[in-house]
Formats: sequence, structure tokens, C-alpha cells
Amino acid sequence: MLRDVMPHFELYQPDSLEGALELAERLGPDAWLVAGGQDTYDWLKNRTRRVAALIDLTGIEALKGVREREDGGLEIGALTTLTQLERDPLVRERFGLLAAAAGRVAAPQIRNVGTLGGNLCQDTRCWYYRGGVDCYRAGGNMCYADTPQGQNREHAIFGASRCVAVSPSDTAPAVVALDAAMVVHGPRGERVIPAQRFFVGPAKNIRRMTVLAPGEILTAVRLPAAWAGARFYFEKVADRQVWDFALLSVAAALRMEGDVIRDARIVCGAVECVPRRLQEVERALIGQVRSEELAASAGELAVEGARPLNFNHFKMPLMANLVRRAIREA
Amino acid sequence: MAYKLLGRDFTPPDVVAKVTGRAKYAEDFRAEGMVFCRLLASSMPHARVRSIDVSEALAMPGVVGVLLPEEVSNPPAPSAPILTLEPQYIGAPILALAAEDETTAQDALEKVKIEYEPLPFTLDPLQSLRPDGPNARTDGNVAAAGVALQTLKWTEEDFRAAEREGRMPTGQPAQEWSVGDLEAAFAKAKVIYDEPFVTASLSHHSMEPRSCMSYWQNGKCFVYGSTQSQSYVVPSLARLIGIQPEELVYIAEFCGGGFGSKGGAYPLMAIPALLSKKINRPVMLRVSRAEEYYHGSARNGFQGQIKLGFAADGRMVAADLYIVQENGAYESFWDFRNAADTLSLVYQPEAMRWRGVPVFTNSPLRTAQRGPGYNQIAAVIEPLVDRAARDLNLDRVAIRKLNAPQTGSTFGPERTPVTSAYLREALDQGAALFNWEEKRLLSGRRNGSKVTGVAVGQAFHPAGFSGFDGLVRIAPDGKLHIHTGVGNLGTFSHSGTARIAAEVLKYDWENCVVERGDTRKHLPWNLGQFGSNTSFTMGRTNYVAAMDALAKLKEIAARQLGGAPDDYEVDGTKVFHRRNPGRSITYAEAAQLAVKLGGKYSGQELPADINPMTRASAAALAGTGLIGVAKDTLPINGQPAAFAVAFIQIELDLETGKHRIVDYLAVADCGTVIHPMGLETQIKGGAVQGFGMACLEHIVYDPQNGLPASVSFYQAKPPSYEDIGEMRAAAVDRPDPDGALGTKGIGEPIMGCAAAALVCAISDALGGHVFNRTPIKPDMILNHLAGRAQSHGPLAVNTQ
Repeated sequence: MLRDVMPHFELYQPDSLEGALELAERLGPDAWLVAGGQDTYDWLKNRTRRVAALIDLTGIEALKGVREREDGGLEIGALTTLTQLERDPLVRERFGLLAAAAGRVAAPQIRNVGTLGGNLCQDTRCWYYRGGVDCYRAGGNMCYADTPQGQNREHAIFGASRCVAVSPSDTAPAVVALDAAMVVHGPRGERVIPAQRFFVGPAKNIRRMTVLAPGEILTAVRLPAAWAGARFYFEKVADRQVWDFALLSVAAALRMEGDVIRDARIVCGAVECVPRRLQEVERALIGQVRSEELAASAGELAVEGARPLNFNHFKMPLMANLVRRAIREA
Repeated sequence: MAYKLLGRDFTPPDVVAKVTGRAKYAEDFRAEGMVFCRLLASSMPHARVRSIDVSEALAMPGVVGVLLPEEVSNPPAPSAPILTLEPQYIGAPILALAAEDETTAQDALEKVKIEYEPLPFTLDPLQSLRPDGPNARTDGNVAAAGVALQTLKWTEEDFRAAEREGRMPTGQPAQEWSVGDLEAAFAKAKVIYDEPFVTASLSHHSMEPRSCMSYWQNGKCFVYGSTQSQSYVVPSLARLIGIQPEELVYIAEFCGGGFGSKGGAYPLMAIPALLSKKINRPVMLRVSRAEEYYHGSARNGFQGQIKLGFAADGRMVAADLYIVQENGAYESFWDFRNAADTLSLVYQPEAMRWRGVPVFTNSPLRTAQRGPGYNQIAAVIEPLVDRAARDLNLDRVAIRKLNAPQTGSTFGPERTPVTSAYLREALDQGAALFNWEEKRLLSGRRNGSKVTGVAVGQAFHPAGFSGFDGLVRIAPDGKLHIHTGVGNLGTFSHSGTARIAAEVLKYDWENCVVERGDTRKHLPWNLGQFGSNTSFTMGRTNYVAAMDALAKLKEIAARQLGGAPDDYEVDGTKVFHRRNPGRSITYAEAAQLAVKLGGKYSGQELPADINPMTRASAAALAGTGLIGVAKDTLPINGQPAAFAVAFIQIELDLETGKHRIVDYLAVADCGTVIHPMGLETQIKGGAVQGFGMACLEHIVYDPQNGLPASVSFYQAKPPSYEDIGEMRAAAVDRPDPDGALGTKGIGEPIMGCAAAALVCAISDALGGHVFNRTPIKPDMILNHLAGRAQSHGPLAVNTQ
């Protein structure tokens, strides 16, 4: 707390993925992988996390940019900046949902350096955890937010398990809604993980936000053609319009035939430790004629089972409203 | 009246350096052998430091020395200390450590061993007032300027009765006043509102943190600081360092904002000087953005109960206000008293009572922030005025005009008159420019999930003082040097007020030099740059100095060319005979003659009533030209007062609780407009800050461990560029009779009117619902609309 001075560390700047993986394996837990650094540098400056070395991935050109895939989908390098993503013509044309989400991250300066991979892999913004308390997520045996006096306005209304932190990522709900595949490279080669399974909640692993094991690197996000050109809706509600984290966000994709919804993906951010895909809502929409009544009832269904805390129960009407709006406006 | 310079735009001389980045702020300075210092901050909200062991830290390579709390002479409690053995909030500085670089210093601080004895702490003033409630300090829980340090506890019955009735407890106050027969006045009321309220504390968010560099050289202490004032800082900073004012060289040419938090010297500024003295090296203390939330300050928060009575015609007949002020850990500002002045002046109730208690909590210093007390209470009162208008079926502008003060209206316990008040005119002008008659019909209009809110808000702030000194010099080359002890808080009023001297002497601005920002520039004793006072106070000092120079020019001309001084007139470059303009001498010649004449003309003889600082500065300039120097003893017939009104149109999204500002217009009653562009910028900047207070900014603490949650921009939430809309600005532009050339201040109410207008617009969009709390955040709106209970209790503070 209140240290706020960057400590000394070794800096490695590999120019290939192989080099980065080799360094990560060699340096082990002493090293920290960094891309845009917008999550990392706070941890280091506050000296809440201490590392001997940083492995800067931004020199790996192969992990940057948007490529077309044969099936009509896209592969986005994890080091593509959020600004590039927001402006990329192919992403905008086929997967406007992700471009919209990227465009709502933080502020322009942060988007200029922040990467898609970094945005997806960032740690939670629970202020207690960030403040350096010895909570569950930090390896302790307490949650300060889930208490009668806890200041838990930004916290989870679903899926809590000792820890009530939420995913702060704006792009995560979008990649889940688009059925993205996450390409991960590690010491044992490549593995491809569906976006929905990429993010993990506290019941599975209370110390991490993703399935990434130490030494693994998210290298690309593949967007399958299936959702290209669908009807999309993204909205992020935050106190401020710039440089603020979502109080709640919604990412929706609809396939319509006339007035009838043929397929749907509805995912909410900042309600759970992972992007919350609303599969029950999706099932209730498929085959139905889109209407205000359908949207409203979907909104009600979305919040069923929510277990709000003292300062965040407003997320229930907000979530119902955003889901309704997404279905109405997509 | 048309002036040559006043009312016209100009480019302030410091602008280019600011825009190009060439301006040197405190942390940009370097000195031979300079080391960096870091502060060890308390990790406990309230504790006694049992022991400090710095041996391991001092043994580290690169570490130069430490300054311990027992080595400093702190100002008397409950003023904020320089360093402390009884930290009273998380982040309170305990010791300072100097090293060759900051990384080493921070590494070394981690080797310091501190043993704490935890003490009870509190983050809720009402909790501290409970019979068995904790005190934030071991020496008491209540104090302010004018309120002695004491332990004040209310009774169980005070709390039980209030909780039964859903009111704030109102036990024994620390201070109170009343005028008129309150009971009789409430009996005349048609409608009475009696509401508990909360206004949250909010950070000053000065763009430049309070960094400071210092060294000692040839018997003087040099300090490069960040303050919004210049001359006013010198005596108090010298006192903190333990030297005489004349031993201090203070440089503060640029300041990246203060908003009240850097009005005078603050204890942190003494640390580099004291450490430098000990280790005999120049010391730089750089404060980071995050640290500014701990070492900086915030506006006082209020918990309160307000009771207002309105007669059937809309007159506010009676007002009863009780404020519990959150001080933070140290003696704070008197916001709680100021709030009463707003209520008393802006609405002119015939009877009024005010009671207040300033209470300590274990959180950083609260101090004056733009419109301290005046602005937060505006956002409390104005929605209730709207409620009265609604209940009495009156127009919202009309009810304000009905209650508005006029020139000569009185306020407060002393029934002080104001020197001028054009609030009604501002309301009329604003209503016309905003097109209120049409726009008010948009109130409640639905557009999908969005609903329109339209509103007006008002605010007041005192606008000037008197009794300070002015100093000008006409150099032998004819140039006018205006020496000003005004700081540079960003409003350009160092030059704005300097132009009053130029105006008097009819100078072209190109022939004027503003001398400022460094005690070595020989500056006069001026008031600090705060409290919306500069335009009035230092308008007058520059006026009297220029008038003195003008008289001397005429006397010299009469001596040289014959006739009486009154026969002469000036035109900006020469002094000429009224009836024979060819009989003239130039300003340059007059200045050369002044040097020859000596005596009062060139500063060898000085007025008896000027401040020693001015005397020393003028004496240093003696013999270098024609010296105009005087103390402001001009008449002043009451309290200068600044008013502002704002009109706003918003669209509130009922599905998200978020609003968008569609239109905003503010009108300032600021006397003669000195600098139109500067005024417009201030009106708009003030509005942004007001919007933040109304709907965004908060300070959050965890009551379980005293840990602060709002220690970054994204957590404390000052408005961003995308959170505001188009804004317009206007001014009544009617002179104040006691202001020099009619000028008076305006910096503060232009924030309060914006906050009040936005709070009222949200209320309007919600059909008149009043939250009695700032900020009004989306979650509160959503909970209200969904019929859900609010997460915070009605009087909870420092919560999300």
C-alpha cells in the first residue's frame, strides 16, 4: 500500500513466441509476462506483486494483427491493440460486437497500448484485492467485500465462492458471445480452448481468472464464421464514460429470420467472476418472435438466481434492463 | 463603461510555456547534489507509533538520511502535523527518507521497522458523537477554527428519537446562531420540508500533485513549491520550517491546480526543507497521483438535517439547518458555517437557525474546496426549492427571483449587507438565453427509455477582501512593472488583476510586465488566491498602487513643466497638460525624474501603513524608477458577493440510471468582466467540477479496516470529457460599487450552480423525487425506479 515506486527488475524483450516461451519456462515464477502493461504496472508499482523479471511480449510481430481464416472467420493476434481492433475494417464488418466492446475499454490512451490478450487476461479490479489485503484471492482466508459493511458495489451477483470479485474485461463478454476459440501456447505446445471455458471462477481456481497455466501465453483469438454479420448489441454501463470499469455490460448476438429469433448469444459482464453467458435466456428466445414483451421477460429470467450483496443489488434491475435492451435493439 | 483593457481578451504571459511544456513546475527543478525523499506512510487508520528502527534502512547503499517525527516541530494540534507519532489515517506520513534515487528510497523504507499500537478509529462523524463512540483523535473528536478542541458526545436519547422519526440526530451543537422568531415564521409556512441529507466528500484532484524541492544557500532557504498563492504562503511556510519570512526564497511560478487545497502552505512542504537542513543536500519530494489522495485533501462531507418553510406565495419564510461536518483527521475548513450563509443570503428567510458540529474521522485532511460549504449546500437546498415550486404551483425561476437578494440585502447572524447582488438579473438573463419558457415544457418528455429533465440552479460565494498592498514600478524605459503576490492557480488572474493597474495608467498591455511567482521579484503582501477573492482584493491593491503612481506622474510633470498636478492628464505613454497637450513628458522621462527626485517618488520613502513584506520589496526597488505603492484603504460597505445561476437540460435513461447533458448555460454575477475568455473557461471548468460533485465523485472507506477505496481517478471518478456536454457562458457584467473598476470574484459559485442545476434536473426527470444526497449515482436512480431500498442508510457516509 502507498508504495507507488516501480522497483528494479530484469527486462526481457523476445522477438519470437518460441523465445518468449523458452524464457517463461527458464525463469519460472520469477517472471511475469507483460503486453500493454496497463494491468501489470499497477501491481508492480504498488509492490503488491514482486517479480525478478518481466518478459515483454510486444516485440513479437507474429502475434499482432487480424487475419482472415478460410471459413470466413477471423484470427486476431493477442497483441493486437484495442485501438487497432476497434478500427479494423474486417472486425467491424463481420464482428462489430467485438469492435464495439474494444472501443469502450478504458480511454483512448490505454486502448492505444492495451492489447486484446491483455484485456482478456487481466486480473480482477476488486479494490480490496488490488489494495493488497490478504483476501482469499491473494492467498489469505477472508473476503472483505462479502461482509455486512463491505463496499461491494462493483462485485458479483452470481457465482460467488468465497471470493465475490468480477471480471473487469469489456471484450470478454463479446468473445464469449461470438463463440470464440482461444489459442494458447505453452511449454507443451498449442491448445485451443472455447472462450466460455477459458475464464474460470473462484470455485474452480480462486487465485486465477483464466485457465492459463504459468508459462502459457494466449496467442490469438479465433472468431468462427458462424456469427459473422449477425445482429449485435454491446453496452457497457459505468459511472464514467471514459476510464472506468463496467458496473454491468451486455454483449448480444442474434440470428433473425424475419421477426423470429433463430439463434442467440447473450453474455453479461461484471456480474460474475467470468463473463456470464445466459443460456437459459438464449433458449427462451430461440424460435420466438422478437417483441418488447419477449425482451422484458428475458430480462426477468436473466436475473433469476442472483444473490446480490448490500451495495450491488442495483445490478439486478440494471441487468434485467440491459438484457431487455440488447434483445430489443440488436 | 467601456475600458481599454478590461472586458477584452488577452493572452496571459504564462500561456505559451504551459502549452509548450516549457513551464517548470515544482518537480521539474533540479539542484546540484539533489536527493529524492520518500515518505513512510501509516498502514493503520489510528495508532501510536511505539518504536521506529531505521538502522537497516540507513545502512543501505544510496541512502542519505532520515527525518523522524521527533525531529520536527509540528503546528499545534489539531492542525495537521508535518510528521507524526500518532498517525490518524492510513497514509499519514510518519518519517521521510532521502536517497540518491526514489527506487532506493522506497526499497529502504521497506526495511524500516515500525511497531504500532492500534487505537480505536472511526469513519463516520455520527458514530463518533454516540455516547460510547470512538474518537478519531486521542485529544478529542470535535474542533474547527472558532471551535475549541473538545470531546462532544450526544445522548442515547438524541439518537433513539431521531431514528424513530427518520431524522438525523441533533444533539448539542458546537456552534449555533439564529435570527428572527423561528417558530412564528414556520407558522406562516404553507409547505414545510424537513429532510436528512448527506453530501459526500470529494477529492481536489489537482492535476499537479503537491511536489516540493528545497535547499539552503547563503543563509536562505529556497523552496520550489506547488501552491495556488504566492506572497500569502511565505509567512506560514517560514513558520513551518522554523525560519523568519525574510529567510525564505519561495518560487511558485506555475501551479497545476489547487481548487482550495493549496491556498496556503501545507505541512508536507516543510519536509524537503527540514530534511535538506539535516543532510545538507537539496531534497526533492515528488508526490505521485496515488499519493495525492493521501497527502492531498478533500472537501468536507456533510451529514445534516434541513427544515425549510415556504409561504403560499413561494417566499422562504423560515429555515433551520443542522450540519455535522466530517473534518478528516485534522483541523479543517469551516464549510459547516459557510453553508448557513448561502441559505441565509440566497433565499433571505425572515427567520433562521443554524447549528453545527465539526467532527474528526480517521481520513486525510479535509480543506476548502471550490465553494467550501456554499456549493455542497446549494445542491441540497435547490431541489427543495423546486419541490416548493411544484407543491405551490410556481415557476422554478419565479420562485428563485422572489426570494433572491438584491444589492444591500443582508445575511447571517450579523445581518451583513452585500456590496452588490444581481442574482435576479442573472436569472432573467439566463432564462432568456436558455429559452426557459419553452424548454421547461420539455420536462418529463419521454424518448424511448429516456426522459428529459430541465432545471435551474443557483450558488453564492463571498467575492473579496480588502486591506492588502499594491506595488507598481514605472521603469526609466517607460515600461510598467506590476508586482503581484498573487499565485498562478490557473485562472490567469495574476495578469487579469494586473490589467487594472494598466487600465488606470492607460498603458498598452505590450508595455506592461507582470512580476510574479518568486519572492526575489520583490512582491507585495497580497492575500492568497482562494475564496473567489482575487479579482476584488488584488483588483483594489493594483488600483491603489496605480493611483499612487498616477498621482506621482502628475506631481513630477507639474514640478517639471509648471502648474498644478491636477492640470495634468495621462494617455498611456506621457503626462500632458489638459489645456496644452503639447506640454508633456513621457512616462520614461517621468520615471527618470523620479529616480533623480528620490524620496517617495522612487521608493526611498514609503507609506507607514504597508506590510513589512511590501516595505522590503519596495525598498529593494527603490531608486529604479517611479514607484507606486499603497495599502488598500478604499471604502468597503459590506460583503462583496458573487452569484451564479445555471440552466440545464438533460436526458436521463431510466434503464441505466445514466444521464446525458443536452444543454448547459451559466450566468455569472461577477461585477465588471475583466477577461471574457478567462471567465468563460472558468464557468465551464467550474461546471465540470460541479457535475462531478452532483453525480460522480465520492470518497469511499472500508469501515472494517479504514482502508480507502477511492485512490485513483477511476475510483474517485472526476468527470471525463465524455461525461459533459456543450456548455455556454454569460455574465451580468454590472459593476460592484466597491470593486476596483467594478470588479469582484466569481471562481466558486460557478461550480455550485452547476451541481445544483444537475441535481435538480435529475429530480425533474424523476417527477420531483429528491434524493437528499450527493452524488446521485446510477445505482441510486435504478434502485429508486425499481422500488428497491437504497444500499446506504440515509445518513451513511464514505460509502459507495
